Amino acid sequence: MTLIKTSYNRRSFLKVSAAGSGGLVIGFNWLVSCSPSAETAIKGAPKEWFNVNAYLKIGENGLVTIMSPNPEVGQNIKTSMPMIVAEELDVAWKDVVVEQAPLDTEKFVRQVAGGSQSLRSSWKGLRMAGATARKMLMEAAAKQWQVDASTLTTSEGVIKNAKGETLTYGQIASAAASVTVPEEVELKDPSAFKIIGTDTKNVDIEKIITGKPQYGMDLKKEGMKVAVVLRPPSFGAKLKSFDDSETRKVSGVSDVIQFGNKVAVLGNTTWAAMKGKKALKAEWEQETPAESTEYHDKQMMALLGTKNGEPRRNDGDVDAAFKTADKVIEKTFEGPFLPHNPMEPMNFYGHVTAAKVDLIGPIQTPERTRRQVSELLGRPETEIFIDMTRMGGGFGRRLYGDFVLEVAEISKLSNTPIKLVYTREDDMTAGIYRPASKYKFKAGVKDGKLVAYHLVGTGINGNGWTRENWFPAGSIPNYRVESYGQDSNITTGAWRAPITNFLAYAEQSFIDEVAEEMGVDAVQLRLDLLEKAKSDPVGTVDYEPEKMIGAIKLAAEKANWSATEDGVSKGFSAYYSHNSYVAMVAEVVNKKGQPSTRKVTCAVDCGIVINPIAAKNQIEGGIIDGIGHAMYGDMTFVNGAPQASNFNNYRLIRMGEAPPVIECHFVKNTNDPTGLGEPSLPPAGGALANAMYKATGQRFYKQPFMQQQIKLG
Amino acid sequence: MAQFNLKVNGKEHQVDVDADTPLLWVLRDNLDLVGTKFGCGIAMCGACTVHVDGDAIRSCSMPISTLGDKSVVTIEGLSADASHPLQNAWREHDVPQCGYCQAGQIMNAAALLSKNASPTDEEIESAMNGNICRCATYNRIKAAIKTASASV
Repeated sequence: MTLIKTSYNRRSFLKVSAAGSGGLVIGFNWLVSCSPSAETAIKGAPKEWFNVNAYLKIGENGLVTIMSPNPEVGQNIKTSMPMIVAEELDVAWKDVVVEQAPLDTEKFVRQVAGGSQSLRSSWKGLRMAGATARKMLMEAAAKQWQVDASTLTTSEGVIKNAKGETLTYGQIASAAASVTVPEEVELKDPSAFKIIGTDTKNVDIEKIITGKPQYGMDLKKEGMKVAVVLRPPSFGAKLKSFDDSETRKVSGVSDVIQFGNKVAVLGNTTWAAMKGKKALKAEWEQETPAESTEYHDKQMMALLGTKNGEPRRNDGDVDAAFKTADKVIEKTFEGPFLPHNPMEPMNFYGHVTAAKVDLIGPIQTPERTRRQVSELLGRPETEIFIDMTRMGGGFGRRLYGDFVLEVAEISKLSNTPIKLVYTREDDMTAGIYRPASKYKFKAGVKDGKLVAYHLVGTGINGNGWTRENWFPAGSIPNYRVESYGQDSNITTGAWRAPITNFLAYAEQSFIDEVAEEMGVDAVQLRLDLLEKAKSDPVGTVDYEPEKMIGAIKLAAEKANWSATEDGVSKGFSAYYSHNSYVAMVAEVVNKKGQPSTRKVTCAVDCGIVINPIAAKNQIEGGIIDGIGHAMYGDMTFVNGAPQASNFNNYRLIRMGEAPPVIECHFVKNTNDPTGLGEPSLPPAGGALANAMYKATGQRFYKQPFMQQQIKLG
Repeated sequence: MAQFNLKVNGKEHQVDVDADTPLLWVLRDNLDLVGTKFGCGIAMCGACTVHVDGDAIRSCSMPISTLGDKSVVTIEGLSADASHPLQNAWREHDVPQCGYCQAGQIMNAAALLSKNASPTDEEIESAMNGNICRCATYNRIKAAIKTASASV
């Protein structure tokens, strides 16, 4: 067991109140809908709830409600976070129901879904919440029995004393609520975990498979109007004038409101608002330059040739090393803009009144969004309330609260409760894309060793295109990394595994080519480099070579990397991101004349695996997502206008194109858990490109691969 | 606006809407059956799949005026107590991530199984090709359909 001070997170343990004073009385409907009902042993809601701390409350009948503080975007945090609390509280999972917490910065820290950091940043706090409550329950029982708390044990919500007498958590919860919050609590040793590490089903599965309302899009409120918004058709365009005469004739359209550079159509129904928007006539003028993909390509190519730029990292002297190298390999990799395309289009509910601002919907960053709404409306944050709904995907798009600002403004101007709804076309063309990027890699080989490595990265908006202190940093004596950005009026942002979603593919494809040029096995080259970074690093590195070695060896072993099989082409890739280490082997075969990925074998080091069945789901999804976007994803621009707008002209991977077999293996350890929402995506494109090379003899330097004429070798 | 009678999940309803209103929005906005999802509006993603006289139909692209006297089944009416073999298999395989597309996936798969009780992998892929899952839970969907097909 580990002793841990509770004080640093003391805000989370604000005083405790028994029913009557502060005990929460909650409607019954959430209970039915939130619990995995088939598994709930305790039927019915308790008569009273006792708030033990911000994370949990216990009913007199033993039912426990655990709050899930962070937004649920499909990463399964609403199941895995409460599992951690339940583990330390020592209750049976079947007696737990889960509730999504609202935004409350007094009680919770970092209520964000992003960067695969939810679990990592909450791990200790969640354990402490459970352990503190358990200790308070034990102390209350000790007082009742007039014994020392240290003589008591717990198991699945029951406290037992030395005489064998028992009290349930429900029986003692009322008394526990007045126990002083302990200064220090004991945490379980990982070997004693009963819930953590056990396959636990999604707590919302019943709602999902029966179609119960739970997404922002499903929200309906009294008096609410639906708003659909007309936005500029191209980036840099400004609204000159609009004619809403046809729109106002559409039955069910209640109002048309201009706000800034946009026009909102308000309807009694979604269809009325959508039809009304289609009937709007608007004139636009280009205010800032209308940019095209061709222009971006030229700009980025020019930046890749930057002379004497300031490096982000510079070990040794690459120029000198290239001059004396036996062999120099130089390749450029190109990646397009990508829309996020979550299946649930952007939407949000807002009601701005003199007293307060209610906002409900799918958002990955409620805290930042509240601040932005506060600035927009000139209202204090204390008057703004955000409730988070389950999100129909995000992939980074819902990190940006632009649509929340829109609904706040429309509600304020119309003095009406509003549900803002994006059509798919709005969602795909209104902006915030993964920026296009390009990378130039150069490697120098001398006497059979990789002696020089030079990477220049560039892309649209911002200049942090590289991860200069990650692999292969530390393993090559002459190593230089530069990064340059090109500003644009096309809006860009984080997209699942920002930067590395493309950089990893480029790097891992390049390493594969370098290994081939050196005549070394692709896995062996990585292991040799990592051994150097581990035992005698050049400079400092921001990754743990040992862990990467572990993941690589496990993947190679499980995939039988060194074995050959007729008609099967294998490609290797390994990448560290979001504090997790992922290595994988993709196997490509000939399927009706086309290369097809039949299997991916993956090894992951993410520390303790909280919920294996869900962890594997994330890994499988990330791999298919990585392969899908490497193969098909593309968004281009002509005169500032996005050229794809819906799934008839934008291709997402479908079932028949996904590798039918994905094997996940975990490096077993008891390190604190790291996230899994992103890390399996970055290496997938490289594994595919390297396997496709073996199958076709063609290297793939540009995404999407489907644009290249692919011929099986 | 005009009045339309429709039968959804065994119940008769009357709605007063424009003739071009897609069945999807009648279900969601007029009948408060929000399990059927809006994904693309052009029958390219399958999130809005319902059964019309037993066939899988993209409700986003079916004007209410073309429904006639055909009966509609949505995810809410797939089974009385969430015990359809596909719902059981979805639980068993813990299929969903974000969950948004899953009602459409289940309804499309249910139509497949009603016509072909033991589809091959290729038949499943072909039938499910119109249903996008952005979280890419495809392999679990396929596995769940196979589990369900064994018990249909």
